[in-house]
Amino acid sequence: MNIVVCVKYVPDATADRQFESDNTVDRVGVDGLLSELDEYAVEQALQLKEKAGDDTEVTALCVGPEKAVDAVRKALQMGADKGVLVSDEAVAGSDAVATSLVLAKAVEKLGSEKQVDLVVCGMASTDGSMSVVPAMLAERLDLPQVTFASVIETQGDQVRVKRDGDTATEVIGGTMPLVLSVTDQSGEARYPSFKGIMAAKKKPLDTWALSDLGVDAGEVGLDAAWSEVLETAARPPRTAGEIVKDEDGSGATALAEFLASKKFI
Amino acid sequence: MSEVLVLVDHVDGTVRKPTLELLTLARQLGEPSAVFIGSADQANAAAERLKAYGAEKVYAVDDAQTKGYLVAPKAEVLAQLAEKTSPAAIFIVSGYEGKEIAGRLAIKLGSGLITDAVDLAVDGGAPVFTQSVFAGNYTVTSKVKQGTPIATFKPNSAAPEEAAGAGTVEPFAATISDSAKKAQIVASQPRKATGRPELTEAAIVVSGGRGTGGNFEPIEGLADALGAAVGASRAAVDSGWMPHTFQVGQTGKTVSPQLYVANGISGAIQHRAGMQTSKTIVAVNKDEEAPIFELVDFGVVGDLHTVLPAATEEINKRKG
Ligand SMILES: Cc1cc2nc3c(=O)[nH]c(=O)nc-3n(C[C@H](O)[C@H](O)[C@H](O)COP(=O)(O)OP(=O)(O)OC[C@H]3O[C@@H](n4cnc5c(N)ncnc54)[C@H](O)[C@@H]3O)c2cc1C
Ligand SMILES: Nc1ncnc2c1ncn2[C@@H]1O[C@H](COP(=O)(O)O)[C@@H](O)[C@H]1O
Repeated sequence: MNIVVCVKYVPDATADRQFESDNTVDRVGVDGLLSELDEYAVEQALQLKEKAGDDTEVTALCVGPEKAVDAVRKALQMGADKGVLVSDEAVAGSDAVATSLVLAKAVEKLGSEKQVDLVVCGMASTDGSMSVVPAMLAERLDLPQVTFASVIETQGDQVRVKRDGDTATEVIGGTMPLVLSVTDQSGEARYPSFKGIMAAKKKPLDTWALSDLGVDAGEVGLDAAWSEVLETAARPPRTAGEIVKDEDGSGATALAEFLASKKFI
Repeated sequence: MSEVLVLVDHVDGTVRKPTLELLTLARQLGEPSAVFIGSADQANAAAERLKAYGAEKVYAVDDAQTKGYLVAPKAEVLAQLAEKTSPAAIFIVSGYEGKEIAGRLAIKLGSGLITDAVDLAVDGGAPVFTQSVFAGNYTVTSKVKQGTPIATFKPNSAAPEEAAGAGTVEPFAATISDSAKKAQIVASQPRKATGRPELTEAAIVVSGGRGTGGNFEPIEGLADALGAAVGASRAAVDSGWMPHTFQVGQTGKTVSPQLYVANGISGAIQHRAGMQTSKTIVAVNKDEEAPIFELVDFGVVGDLHTVLPAATEEINKRKG
């Protein structure tokens, strides 16, 4: 099998995330890392490889700034076989529509010698949290999408997953090639081992520019984005609330009193 | 006035509340046209309700041939309706399915997409969307620069307001391609009704975390006294105490109720991401240093196992 796992480099959620003056996400001034939710995608890709036990190859693919190579490297340390970073000045400020275009072209290029059977994504990026790129990729590549999987089973080229939908729990099935996205319920992601970290240094890691993919710079980036952020404002800090210590049941009375004062009772 | 297409979110013909919110929002921009994808006999009953919230038209799309497939057929239906009607915008409820339909549709139509909007304004006839990002720490406004604006809105983005629309039912026959029928819904198990309000729609949510130690009785007791939905942190879900569908946060549900009561929940960034925009926040936690207290309007430092049952009793007494 030929598996591509899409990994995004995102600002650390526990750091102070912010915007640039052009209202794009600051991806350089803030510490970044492999989006935690994409670790689950890497994990599932590796488990599928281990299960197949053959010459299955896992390629970690990322679109992002130069620093984003860290995200690819982490995937290699976890066990991916090779990595590709698509990095190009022109990509900065791209929206999901443009990002999915670049990813789709890169998947096509990766499949030019040997068909890509599975494109594995996370359920959402931890910065944009749009949860749309996998569906967009499926649309662009004209592939079925089997998405938001919490349990993944394969048999030959058949894929079956459990999806906790909005109103029902479903079993979704499809035939490879397809786009799969996995949730954080799919199983803890492994940590890179010391051996894995050493081995990653020798694994192939390519950097591609847009020209390598035949994508026109005018199709991507901030100016070409199909949507535009007009204004950003930090949420006003919440005014300090009243905090009481419970002593001999006083907490319960105070709580009921507060709820009544706000007319919730 | 242009039409605004609103994809109806329903379960077996019963229209869910967020759709009524979208119809309400859509009226700011144009004439709401509801798009009902379901069985033909359900469409008429649904149309009555849609009409009461301002739908001028109800496009009824029979899903007999497509309901066994995931997402893609619905995107095709909307794309074809958009071709036909040149709408001012297309509104969809946020959720796994809604976002994915929107994603595919955006590519098909060559249109910009906004996800998880929480409010709408109109500027020079064009929609301006408000979103809450970075775990609710920032509010941004955005607009779509290309194509038909497509937006998904989170539940509770507006209060549904009744307004009589014409509600004319128009059957629409979409052509669904074979490639849209490649991801099959092999089995579907509808969620069991809890008898409590739906988590994302509830006006009040009472949640429990690791601090419950697995005993959710105090949480459920308070929830029932307040007529609230029950939520949980991921720690409570990972421990197997509550099903994943109850999880609030980045990888669970986003809630924005009038009142959120967090019990035995520390307030990690991923949990905040799902509840930070709640109007009033209350927490009960035995650790006064717990980060959740930074968010609260009212907090009790104490043991939830004693505070909650006593508060529940007091509330029930006051209700008489
Ligand atoms: C990628 C990713 C996604 C995530 N998504 C989510 C998500 O969607 N939702 C989510 O909730 N988390 C999510 N998390 C997990 C999150 O980081 C926290 O680990 C989790 O929210 C902690 O849950 P908790 O507050 O219940 O537990 P803890 O952090 O262990 O807090 C328990 C709290 O209970 C208090 N307590 C203990 N006993 C009592 C008592 N008797 N009475 C009162 N208080 C008591 C303690 O003081 C403590 O503050 C995610 C993490 C990652 C990495
Ligand atoms: N720039 C990117 N590079 C690689 N993968 C991405 C990128 N953006 C999104 N993805 C993939 O798409 C998933 C969903 O992203 P999103 O739609 O942005 O929430 C992520 O979990 C990744 O697997």
